[in-house]
Amino acid sequence: MQLTGYRRPDGRVGFRNHVLVLPTVACANGVVNAICRRVPEAVMLPIDSGCGMLKEDQDVFAHTLTNLAGNPNVAATLVVGLGCEAFKPAQAEAAISRFGKPVRAIGMHDAGGYAATVEKGASLARELLNEVSGMDREPVSAAELVLGLNCGASDPASGLTANQALGKAVDLLVDAGGSAIIGETTECVGAEDEMAANAASPEVGRRILDTVHRFEDHVKMYGADLSTGEPNQGNMEAGLSTLEEKSLGCIRKIGSRPIVDVIDYADIPAKKGPMLMDSPSYDAPSVTGMVAGGAQVVVFTTGLGTPFGMSIVPVIKVMSNTPAFKRMEDTADLNAGTILEGEETIEQTGSRLYDLVLEVAAGRTTKAEGLGENQCQIWRTTLTL
Amino acid sequence: MAENAAIIVIRETDNVGTATRDVVTGESVSAQVGNQTLSLAAASDIKFLHKIALKDIAAGERIVKYGAVIGEATQPIHVGEHVHVHNIRSLWGKT
Repeated sequence: MQLTGYRRPDGRVGFRNHVLVLPTVACANGVVNAICRRVPEAVMLPIDSGCGMLKEDQDVFAHTLTNLAGNPNVAATLVVGLGCEAFKPAQAEAAISRFGKPVRAIGMHDAGGYAATVEKGASLARELLNEVSGMDREPVSAAELVLGLNCGASDPASGLTANQALGKAVDLLVDAGGSAIIGETTECVGAEDEMAANAASPEVGRRILDTVHRFEDHVKMYGADLSTGEPNQGNMEAGLSTLEEKSLGCIRKIGSRPIVDVIDYADIPAKKGPMLMDSPSYDAPSVTGMVAGGAQVVVFTTGLGTPFGMSIVPVIKVMSNTPAFKRMEDTADLNAGTILEGEETIEQTGSRLYDLVLEVAAGRTTKAEGLGENQCQIWRTTLTL
Repeated sequence: MAENAAIIVIRETDNVGTATRDVVTGESVSAQVGNQTLSLAAASDIKFLHKIALKDIAAGERIVKYGAVIGEATQPIHVGEHVHVHNIRSLWGKT
């Protein structure tokens, strides 16, 4: 099967062609949703902050928001804000314009109220749709794929089936020249030595350890003990006993090829291959970071099941065990429980998953896309003022 | 696959396996460990995806799963027993 995608001005390839209506602050979510009701072919991302933050978090916010619009699955962006927020519509428009894609901006204060913003916004969104709807896919190789990897609602099977199969799929993708981003620094705690031992160079190994230790120090700042939350109640009832057991199962996702880089939250990778992005383990900010980094497809492994999705990228849900797959089948795309039953080997399931990744990149919709699931959260590491 | 092949073991060095279905006390179960088939009797009920001891484990001995140390035993564990938070603890944060 020949993979095809949309070549963007910055050279990256998208596997969806979305017009994104993007709030610059939580106050604009309502009016953005109203615009999208008027223009249902456009998509939005829900933004829960943009104000009341220290500069450190404000900078991460602006960086992430900009890079989300830069994701190559996004063909064009309409930025919608209020006018008093830290990252104003005009500033966001200027930042996003460096990707070379069509971008417009509107602020509620300047537009003259709610209804006026909806009118003008709908008209701009419609314009952008007309501009991009004729775009063609071109033949591309799997080397253009950046796969985001996430695990959530884990059970002990996650580390035995779904994450192992995903690791095999990642090996196939990396061997084809593609990239994969593992995040969730929290879930590397207790497994960082093993991960660092698989780094492409001692320097990358050191950066993996530094990233994990920095996170542990941050937790200590609060006088908190990570092991009281990891594993969580759901994980323990399902059978996970220790933090290390959970983390060692989680890092299987990145596969066996040497890890080439460690990147900061929401950064766009400079290298190809498997890499670690510093991010929290909570699903929404973790996936948001990878999508800002340019992941066009996300594989989300889960033991207990979750409907998680995001509007601008297809999220493929892989269940770790068959009973959970049957219970949550309307949210899940692939069952890796076949490994537990001896019906498939890890290699076979991994190969099946890799094929699915390519099909989804080619246009097949995931359960999460069909449900219209849409979570987004930009990582905040300091205070809310 | 054999009816009683109810345990999955990832590496030959593992001393715990994972139940691939609910197992009841006294049930005879088997696990593939590399080329060998290990047979044991469940000494307690082992719920789906919970761990079972593949051999006797001494108090303080390391618990090995997927070829890596996942904790240590806090009390002696007999072959076939349920292995979980009541008899093992994390080594994270302890040197």
